[in-house]
Amino acid sequence: MRSILWRKFKDRSALLVITVLAFLPALPLFHILYGIFRLGLPAFSWSFFTHLPTPPGEPNGGVGNAIVGTLMLSMLASALAIPVGILSGVYLSEYARGRFGEVVRVAADVLQGVPSIVLGIVGYLWLVKPMGHFSALSGAVALSLMMLPVIVRSTEEILRMLPYTLREASLSLGVNYWRTVIKVLIPTGLVGITTGILVALSRIMGETAPLLFTAFGNPFWNFNPLQPVDALPLTVFKYAISPYQDWIRQAWGASAVLTLMVLGLNLISRILARRLSGDGK
Amino acid sequence: MGWGDPDRIFYRLCWGLSLGMVFLVIGIGITLFWGSLPSLKAFGWHFLVGRIWDPVNEKFGALPFLVGTLITSFGALILTLPFALSSGIFLAEYAPPRVADGLSTVIDLLAGIPSVIYGLWALFYLVPLVRWVEMKLGVIPFGLGLPTASLVLAVMILPYAASIIREVLRMVPHELKEAAYGLGATRWEVIRGVSIPYGLSGIVAGLLLSLGRALGETMAVTMVIGNRSEMPRSPWDLANTMASVIANEFTEASKDIHLSALIEIGLLLFLITLGVNILARIIILRLQVR
Amino acid sequence: MGNRETIVDPRGPIIFDIRNLWAYYGEKPAVKGVTCKIPEKRVTAVMGPSGCGKTTFIRCLNRLHELSPGARVEGEIFLRGKNILEIDPVVVRRRVGMVFQKPNPFPTMTIYDNVLAGYKLLGIKLRREEADRLVEEALRKAALWDEVKDSLHKRGTYLSGGQQQRLCIARALAVKPEVLLMDEPTSALDPKSTAKIEELVVELKKSVTIVIVTHNIAQAGRVSDYAAFFYLGELVEFGPTSQLFTVPRDKRTEEFLKGKFG
Ligand SMILES: Nc1ncnc2c1ncn2[C@@H]1O[C@H](COP(=O)(O)OP(=O)(O)OP(=O)(O)O)[C@@H](O)[C@H]1O
Ligand SMILES: [Mg+2]
Repeated sequence: MRSILWRKFKDRSALLVITVLAFLPALPLFHILYGIFRLGLPAFSWSFFTHLPTPPGEPNGGVGNAIVGTLMLSMLASALAIPVGILSGVYLSEYARGRFGEVVRVAADVLQGVPSIVLGIVGYLWLVKPMGHFSALSGAVALSLMMLPVIVRSTEEILRMLPYTLREASLSLGVNYWRTVIKVLIPTGLVGITTGILVALSRIMGETAPLLFTAFGNPFWNFNPLQPVDALPLTVFKYAISPYQDWIRQAWGASAVLTLMVLGLNLISRILARRLSGDGK
Repeated sequence: MGWGDPDRIFYRLCWGLSLGMVFLVIGIGITLFWGSLPSLKAFGWHFLVGRIWDPVNEKFGALPFLVGTLITSFGALILTLPFALSSGIFLAEYAPPRVADGLSTVIDLLAGIPSVIYGLWALFYLVPLVRWVEMKLGVIPFGLGLPTASLVLAVMILPYAASIIREVLRMVPHELKEAAYGLGATRWEVIRGVSIPYGLSGIVAGLLLSLGRALGETMAVTMVIGNRSEMPRSPWDLANTMASVIANEFTEASKDIHLSALIEIGLLLFLITLGVNILARIIILRLQVR
Repeated sequence: MGNRETIVDPRGPIIFDIRNLWAYYGEKPAVKGVTCKIPEKRVTAVMGPSGCGKTTFIRCLNRLHELSPGARVEGEIFLRGKNILEIDPVVVRRRVGMVFQKPNPFPTMTIYDNVLAGYKLLGIKLRREEADRLVEEALRKAALWDEVKDSLHKRGTYLSGGQQQRLCIARALAVKPEVLLMDEPTSALDPKSTAKIEELVVELKKSVTIVIVTHNIAQAGRVSDYAAFFYLGELVEFGPTSQLFTVPRDKRTEEFLKGKFG
């Protein structure tokens, strides 16, 4: 018989080792957040948010154009991905039976697995090359390809969770199926669908790789979707690998803005998700 | 019911958009293939085994990047494994609900931080750390290179792997664990003897999905890998991964054949991640059947 | 709390001496002040309407109750004179085995390994011959040997429900417990498998004490020597089965046996 003491000892050691190893990953997170806010917040100022970038060494450089660019890219990408994503999600949950539904699901999963840099290449080949120049639109297309599968799958999942009786109730009132979907199902699942969209949005806001050769970057104000724009992650990248102290300081500043945006979206989607699970009961 | 019926139109619309998504995926594959055609024609299979990447003399072999990608990704997976397993086990088996909630939140936030910020952090904190270790070990203290890239990748895929492992372990039926406790097993013995074997294929699938992420991860790696397009000679060397060489050279490629070679690397990356993801899904499907 | 006269001490050697046992889920008691003695090498049936605390009660006897979140136990449970609430649960559970309501063989293990799970999980190494002997002995005791002797290295989950349950019994017997707790072991099985397990229970009491929870009054009558009747967490009546069934002393027992609630 194995000694009970030895087995107990192993049990305790396993608990100890696993607990320690489980908490260690929290260290880099706190260190990253600490770095972002300790080095990033001091860079915040009025001019930082409203000015254009300046050459290294010149004071009062800002990331105003990058903030505008990030918002523009996010909105364009959402405008492309949300309608398609929701309706495909509706298709999967309401209509898809058999083979074709599976094919669509697999397509969504495959799309989700495509590395973002590859989507950048695709955006380049589809839009930049034919148009002859970089543009916000091409960046938004690449980003929308990243959003799409997330929205499709989350919409499908949310709609599937709705009870069948809800559909019956509406249909028995003589309401068309499509009206039932638009007026009953989607509003009922709205919180969940929105959560999915926010998750997708928080993912693409920080993406750099698909923008490198699509949106490209632009040191000036630009509100035209057909022209190149700057974006916060592009600024972080460009400044971070530069040798200038001033720019590096601004890289941390831009990271802080980006982190606040992304974590903010994350937080909102979490609160929504919590409300959702509360409502579900 | 003809085309005029609104229900029919709505159905067609949803169906059409779904079909569109399928074509989109196929289109991505075809686009990449078409873009790589000049390179495929010029180099054929030599592209995969060529060790020289020389845009000036138009010699393109992708082997250094394949090697760089494999080393950093598997390195990251190995580095992350003990932590991801522990986090998953801790969250599923040991943690009281409140602690589990807190730690899960931390892990999710870690997953939400943009890649480029990981890169910035790695550049300023990991690089000096690695340089210090390299000096102690007496290798050339680049600070940058394969070890730094593997480390930052490990940090990045950890939350992903940990949350999959947590979900897999939570699916282990309670009756099985009770049966083991009923035989006098300690908690660790239950985890080792029942939970982990039961969830093994799910854990493997989760690790594969994490590997898929690491393979395609671009920005953080690009910022710390050193960007040298030669075969790495040691695990401490500067290198390039498939993703990082694309990020670095794509906008600077002035010759068509250079661009096409980079697109072919994109195609390879697409196919490799596709393969890894499909493998993971097959394992998950088999899991559900059981 | 149960009326003293309705709790009859069994004759012969006693294995469990339970005194004022309370079991809680959070603040809610599920077993309320149970006091009784369980006879050795006999079959004791635990009966009562659904939700009255039968499962909770027997799960206290091998300290599985504590695994439920927020669960707590008060009182004393003496196993051959030692209070098991003061012994390491891991040791208690070796001496008091359990068979669950739903058959739960380990799906990752073969039949052979399932029987030896009590050794393998604990990291106890057995010599080949000894392992073979233990497996055969346990499977024979569980009346499963003849059916599986040619497929020992197949997975346990390929067996039928009744066979799986007997495999679980073999698994519990293989570690040679002093007591075997069974929680409605036949409720998920067909009549034929049920009859097999009932035969088995009667056979097994030669070597091991059995405490069996059952919903089925006829089953209790067929297999048990002593019977306990629970109602709303209290032990209402305890005594020889024949006595309890023919001349119940408590009105609630009588009503239960007549099928008034159930
Ligand atoms: N895990 C738990 N958490 C909280 N309450 C529980 C839990 N398990 C059981 N209970 C409650 O404890 C009481 C006793 O439950 P128990 O399972 O012991 O009854 P039982 O007699 O075995 O019933 P059945 O015949 O249905 O198996 C019930 O009121 C039940 O609701
Ligand atoms: Mg019960």
